[in-house]
Amino acid sequence: MRIESTKTRMTFHYAGLIALSIICLTPIYIMISTSFKNEVVIFDGNPVWFFFFPTIQNYVDIIGDSHFDRYLVNSIIVGVSATLITLTTGGMAAYALARMQFPGRQSIANGALLVRMIPPAVLAIPAFAVSIVLGIANQLSGLIFFYTALNLPFAIWLLYGFVKQVPIELEEAAIVDGATPWQVFTRVLFPVMKAGYAVTGIFVFRIAWNEFILALLLTDRTTRTLPVATSLFLTDAGPEWGRIMAMGTLIVIPPLIFTFFSARQIIAGMTAGAVKG
Amino acid sequence: MSDPAPPVATGMRRWLVGYLFVAPAVLLMGAGLIYPVVQGLLLSMQDWAVGTPMSTAEFIGADNYLRMLRDENVQESMWVTFKFGFFTITIEMTLGVALALLLEKPIRGASIFRTIFIMPLMISPVVVGLVWRYLYDARAGWINHYLELAGFEPLIWLGEPHLAFFAIVFTDIWQWTPFVFIIVIAGLQALPSEVLEASRIDGANTWQQIFLVKLPMIRSILIIALLLRIIDVFKGLEVMLIMTEGGPGLATELLSLHVYKTAFDAQQLGYAAAISVLLLLIVFALSLAILLISNPMKSRADV
Repeated sequence: MRIESTKTRMTFHYAGLIALSIICLTPIYIMISTSFKNEVVIFDGNPVWFFFFPTIQNYVDIIGDSHFDRYLVNSIIVGVSATLITLTTGGMAAYALARMQFPGRQSIANGALLVRMIPPAVLAIPAFAVSIVLGIANQLSGLIFFYTALNLPFAIWLLYGFVKQVPIELEEAAIVDGATPWQVFTRVLFPVMKAGYAVTGIFVFRIAWNEFILALLLTDRTTRTLPVATSLFLTDAGPEWGRIMAMGTLIVIPPLIFTFFSARQIIAGMTAGAVKG
Repeated sequence: MSDPAPPVATGMRRWLVGYLFVAPAVLLMGAGLIYPVVQGLLLSMQDWAVGTPMSTAEFIGADNYLRMLRDENVQESMWVTFKFGFFTITIEMTLGVALALLLEKPIRGASIFRTIFIMPLMISPVVVGLVWRYLYDARAGWINHYLELAGFEPLIWLGEPHLAFFAIVFTDIWQWTPFVFIIVIAGLQALPSEVLEASRIDGANTWQQIFLVKLPMIRSILIIALLLRIIDVFKGLEVMLIMTEGGPGLATELLSLHVYKTAFDAQQLGYAAAISVLLLLIVFALSLAILLISNPMKSRADV
């Protein structure tokens, strides 16, 4: 009797989770499958879930004639640079905030938390004006600069938590042995915080890789990133759905790969603020 | 409890080392966040159009703010934002919490489900907007097809105010309910089992356990999830920009999107900056509320 009811409950449990999974995945599946359909199938008006003759024509088109390679390289340069700069400077700040005593430390920590939420729309207007004045409009460096600034508060916050988890005895032992603070940071903390840097890096890279508004405003034909290039397929003549879905599929590959390999850590990062409180 | 003594040299030199370590990050945030926001404040008191040199901008004091208070479009987009926030957040929180309570028991395969649930959060907002725009498309869209199959007339989803509003609400719920679900389930699974055990022994039924024990115990998590969702309602514009561009009319023009369009479609940078100050103040107040509830970097031994 008891076993029966447990069994029923488990079945219900799994059925619920599977239903939710299908809801989450369906739009993503439709995007990917549509990217392998030709125009006729797409505009036929009859949604085809599984049985269609797959074509890679959309991918051939976008990679062939839209400077796709340039936009891809732009996206990679911006994403990787912003991530590396954020991790380096954010890691140093997190170390100092977590382990050192100096006047103003708490103010800096609070300030970083407050600016975490600045809406992109608020930043967009002055960023546009500022980048014209500074001469970094339409340059990749301008985008890298703003992405780094935008991501630093959250990165510092996450890394701070990871520094706090490191047993302080490790650092004390190194200092007794005559290590400088820089050596403690690079040789003692970094090796034991690799997982923390990895997950923080995923967050930063993802935001830089996905960002659209600033990228739209601060780039031109040569410095465009993938999300901006994709939005341009929404032409006045009507959206080219096949190509759009192919671009969309390519854009979601890196974030989905990260999700597959470190969902647990990503969730820990997402829920850190809420759950620890 | 106080923090252990910091393992760095003493006195002024110790302070200097601290400053050197925070300096790069502080400078970057100062130049890339604070400085633009200050520029935005200055801009909000000027009349400056896109494409003209900044030096030709005219100082007009509080005119932009006075205009904003009377501007029906600003009021309309505030109202749209409020409605959007009300519907999305009510549904996301209710669904997310209910699902978390139903499915909180740790089970085999949980990690696969977790991976799937965060996918909508990980993909680019541009992509989310594009995919849903395709699904809602009047001609090639899948939703109309199934409406017709079910015997209904096809609808111009993104071309009619109420339908477009419904469409962006639905998309937001699809994308963000999993976020609430994941935060709440993390909170529930962290509850000490002794407390739940004790309440069961005291004779609490399932409903009493939920409303008198579980939900009160994860109260701060619920409030933070709620505040984060509210902040996102004020921040978000990319999905709407792609799906509807705020239209038809102002039906889906959230405040963020209104700021963006005032700046870059209507080309009134100064006026848009004034509206963005309003947006900033709202988000700032909400962030402050989160900090007061839970400050992750507050140490017990303040300097």
